[in-house]
Amino acid sequence: MTATPTQAPAIHVQGLEKSYGKVEVLQGVDFDVARGSIFALLGSNGAGKTTVVKILSTLLKADAGTAGVNGFDVATQAADVRQSISLTGQFAAVDEILTGRENLVLVVRLRHLSDAGTIADDLLERFGLTEAAMRKVSKYSGGMRRRLDIAMSLIGNPPVIFLDEPTTGLDPQGRLDVWQAVRDLAASGTTVLLTTQYLDEAEQLANRIAILHGGRIIVDGTLGELKQLLPPAKIEYVEKQPTLEDVFLAIVGSES
Amino acid sequence: MTRHFFADTAVLTGRSLRHIARSLDTIITTAITPIAMMLLFVYVLGGAINTGTDSYVTYLLPGILIITIASGIAYTAYRLFLDLTSGIFDRFHSMPIARSSVLWAHVLTSLVANLISILVVVLVALAMGFRSGAGVLAWLAVGGILILFTLALTWMAVIPGLTAKSVDGASAFSYPLIFLPFISSAFVPTATMPGPVRWFAENQPVTSIVNAIRDRFAAQPVGADLWVALAWCVGILVVAYLFAMATYRRKLA
Repeated sequence: MTATPTQAPAIHVQGLEKSYGKVEVLQGVDFDVARGSIFALLGSNGAGKTTVVKILSTLLKADAGTAGVNGFDVATQAADVRQSISLTGQFAAVDEILTGRENLVLVVRLRHLSDAGTIADDLLERFGLTEAAMRKVSKYSGGMRRRLDIAMSLIGNPPVIFLDEPTTGLDPQGRLDVWQAVRDLAASGTTVLLTTQYLDEAEQLANRIAILHGGRIIVDGTLGELKQLLPPAKIEYVEKQPTLEDVFLAIVGSES
Repeated sequence: MTRHFFADTAVLTGRSLRHIARSLDTIITTAITPIAMMLLFVYVLGGAINTGTDSYVTYLLPGILIITIASGIAYTAYRLFLDLTSGIFDRFHSMPIARSSVLWAHVLTSLVANLISILVVVLVALAMGFRSGAGVLAWLAVGGILILFTLALTWMAVIPGLTAKSVDGASAFSYPLIFLPFISSAFVPTATMPGPVRWFAENQPVTSIVNAIRDRFAAQPVGADLWVALAWCVGILVVAYLFAMATYRRKLA
């Protein structure tokens, strides 16, 4: 069901503008995301990250500028864009009253694929949710919900995936699970655009990082390029203390 | 996109029907208030009300059915509001589906849920002594009026469901609708009401709808009330549908 890929970048954004009333959230946003890469859109709360994602996933119309996803224009070829993407919104968009498996089957049906049961069971297995498959999602932990949410986004193998603040509100273990899922996705050739307010998340995952501030992209580059914007590193000797996260993960027994 | 409309609507309707099946309490709550009202009016107040008919419960049932629908659609708005705020609407809308199926699924679910509540209320009325000499055609006509009325109010409920800022706001609109039958021929004949109240009662939709259903139950010949009732239902349905769709499109823009 994936749309025909083209040679253009997976995501192309130029001069994007959007206002809510008098508040100009986006004032000319430009960036490109290469195929198969992980791109992190970094910004503080209210910087407009979600607005960018909503425009790219055809949920909002831009006031000005153009945006293309998988070679399709979001304004004029919205149907093709929707065929090419999956959106994992800021709040795990899962159906609380249905079971995990029913959620997956629902999305398989809406993507008009056959063999819903097999696809659902494979994903449950892959995301470690097989045991919880028949439980209502309202009984899931935050991390399980997020994993289910991401699993739902993979159905139909869309070439581009948007993850809007995928780890907000997760415990450290849940966070590592999501990171692993994102890395696996990119390894299989999927283009991932993720928004985050956690700098280490961008540092850990992204091939390229853009900082959205004051309605514009003020920096865009690889981690190495961004680091060169600062004065060269000095060598200092600091005793390496374990972070609380290291302690937490060592005690609860993390595999990573 | 539209080639998937029926398949997508079926899948999404299945989803929300499952919600209903797993929270049957909403249907019971919907039916309980009208049933309590029916008990109150028949066994407490009814003895003092002179409707010129033998059985007050038979006189009362049409109005009680209207109240059942008016309180039932509050849940339609509520379910829509929850879908909107939980983010699952965004997920559906970013998928390659026929977008309007998302609304139609809620509308069809509302219809099914209300028909179940209506059935419960009618069964209780039967136990309380409601009797009708209506034939199959008359019952079908009653069903048709109730379905039209439910659809009209459901599309009306879609508007606050899409625009409300809070759960309370999503369902508050139904209170005046529940109150409307009291100023109609639903509980007492309009003849005893003073001038302006009587004028309002006789010219508002509930009276003609209640009279039309009552006449079908009594196996009366078709009169003007039926056509007025149908005109009201279709009129409200069309206006509510247009406004709901406009609200929906604005919400998506």
